[in-house]
Amino acid sequence: MRLILEIAITHITGRGRQTVVAILGVAVGVGFSIAMAALMQGGQDNFVEQLVNTMPHVQITDEQRTARRQPAEAAFDTVAIFGLRPREDRRGIINPTAALTWLRDWVPGRIAASLKTQAVIRYSGRDVGATLIGIDPETERGVSPIIDDFREGNFGALDTGGNNIAIGDVMARRLGAEFGDTITAVSSEGLTRNFKIVGLFHTGTTARDEGEAYVLLKNAQILSARPNAINEIRIKLDDPNAAPAVARRTEAEFGYKSVAWQEANESLLEALVIRNVIMYTVVAAIMLVAGFGIFNIISTITHEKARDIAIMKSLGFAEGDMRRLFLLEGVAIGFAGSALGWVLGFSLVYALSLIRFELAATGQEITRLPITWSLLHYIIASAFALGSAAVAGYLPARRASRVNPVDIIRGAT
Amino acid sequence: MSALIETENLTRILAETVPVTLVKDITLSIGEREFVAVTGQSGSGKSSLLYLLGLLDRPTSGALRIAGRDTEPMDEAERASTRLSMLGFVFQFHFLLPEFTARENVELPMRKLGRLGRTEMHERAGELLRSLGLGDHLDKRPDQLSGGQRQRTAVARALANDPPIILADEPTGSLDSKNSEQVFLILEALVHERGKTVVAVTHDLDMAVRMDRRVHLVDGRIAAEEH
Repeated sequence: MRLILEIAITHITGRGRQTVVAILGVAVGVGFSIAMAALMQGGQDNFVEQLVNTMPHVQITDEQRTARRQPAEAAFDTVAIFGLRPREDRRGIINPTAALTWLRDWVPGRIAASLKTQAVIRYSGRDVGATLIGIDPETERGVSPIIDDFREGNFGALDTGGNNIAIGDVMARRLGAEFGDTITAVSSEGLTRNFKIVGLFHTGTTARDEGEAYVLLKNAQILSARPNAINEIRIKLDDPNAAPAVARRTEAEFGYKSVAWQEANESLLEALVIRNVIMYTVVAAIMLVAGFGIFNIISTITHEKARDIAIMKSLGFAEGDMRRLFLLEGVAIGFAGSALGWVLGFSLVYALSLIRFELAATGQEITRLPITWSLLHYIIASAFALGSAAVAGYLPARRASRVNPVDIIRGAT
Repeated sequence: MSALIETENLTRILAETVPVTLVKDITLSIGEREFVAVTGQSGSGKSSLLYLLGLLDRPTSGALRIAGRDTEPMDEAERASTRLSMLGFVFQFHFLLPEFTARENVELPMRKLGRLGRTEMHERAGELLRSLGLGDHLDKRPDQLSGGQRQRTAVARALANDPPIILADEPTGSLDSKNSEQVFLILEALVHERGKTVVAVTHDLDMAVRMDRRVHLVDGRIAAEEH
């Protein structure tokens, strides 16, 4: 085998420029594949990270996945009933204290309960519809990143006595209200309460900035006339990947709809999969092109070395040896190209990681390209390169191994 | 004494649109230490016969035994390994690998066989070349050698694995008379001093006359044989 390898190396080093071009072809392919993978993966990780940071990992709401069966339907099993006036349920998660205790028992992470209700915020004659979210600032801190988004005031100020509210800055602008003003909240139950603005937040999501208002849980319960009620439990897990399992168990034992972040963002995550498929298709295409380069050089060598093949066969080398020889030449080029490609890929990724740019929209943030360093990218790119090199080497190798020495020797005489 | 090479009605027909008969009904028995000349006009099938004997080509019909072993059932790999250990080739053109030195060319069949260690191969290749008067040219590449030197290197390569049979196809065909004589003397010495069997295809009748046995082919058949 070492002998075959030596002959292979002699052959490919004997064709310096062509070999260099073929190796460069593979190297550029591998290098750009690595850089592209690092960038794509970086963007994806960055995106998922933001998703994971901003969203609760598991969200339990006071809904069921299937509509509740009415008692009459349960009583008369085999009869179809029309025009039934449904029983009015008491909305909210039943027995919230027990539920929270049960969850805190086994869920590895932070849990916050809240009551979401619809309200109209009124100030100086202007009305804005809002989702009023009653929370406990202490536990909310553990599950929501909104604490960091305050422009004025802060989240903790909700707790500092009196009726306080935190609203989005867009809503404040629409109301014409300023920090410290007192606004009026009217609930769907018709109850009214005055709140002092102690915090203005800006999350960057317009729907939230103009439609959300945070108050203490107690105040939300009073406004919606549902003492002690909550209708949403949000969980931030220590390990975001455990979310589906936690959601499944909660839903099975608890009965309420539990949605893991993966489920909530299914279509987005699917889009990421499609992105990856596109990326690997492009990588495969690049490697195919590099493979043509290898095929070209190995074909040329087998044609040029037809006489040597005949000699070696007459000396007692078998067809298998000849096949191995040229296959090895292809793989050697693939290997050299991969190695050079790793260096190129590493340099490209490093160069990309140095780029800083300003986001035009916000103006002040200096951002860098999201980049993920992963050995896997290098291995995948090399695997593609070596695979295509092997195929590109094998095809001419197979033909070369079948050369009939008699034809060549006769031709020479 | 069993024959080293034995053929029975060996026939090779090229399957072209009009079938071409290269050799026909060759029945031969060549023993150890024989120096055999195969002669004939060009196109008489003498080279074709040599390729059949050297397992480079397969006969259309007939039997070929080498050292008593039937070659018919052998697969490609077995034929290759028989070539490697039993047969040595010398062609009209030297057919050395151009990228390798004389010594490396001689080492090639030894390394393929893998019976010796690297230093032993190295020494044996050197010895073979020195015995053929190439002591000063061990590390030269073929393009740095003269025609006669190249052909002697090719003989050394044929001897690398010490095969009992040397097949030579017009070994002096591309050499001048001085070098031809030299190569002929080497082949003769192989038979008489090293105990090889040499089968040489030649159209040079003066040379054939000096060999131990002559097989004359006409149109692919044996027309005359003399000892």
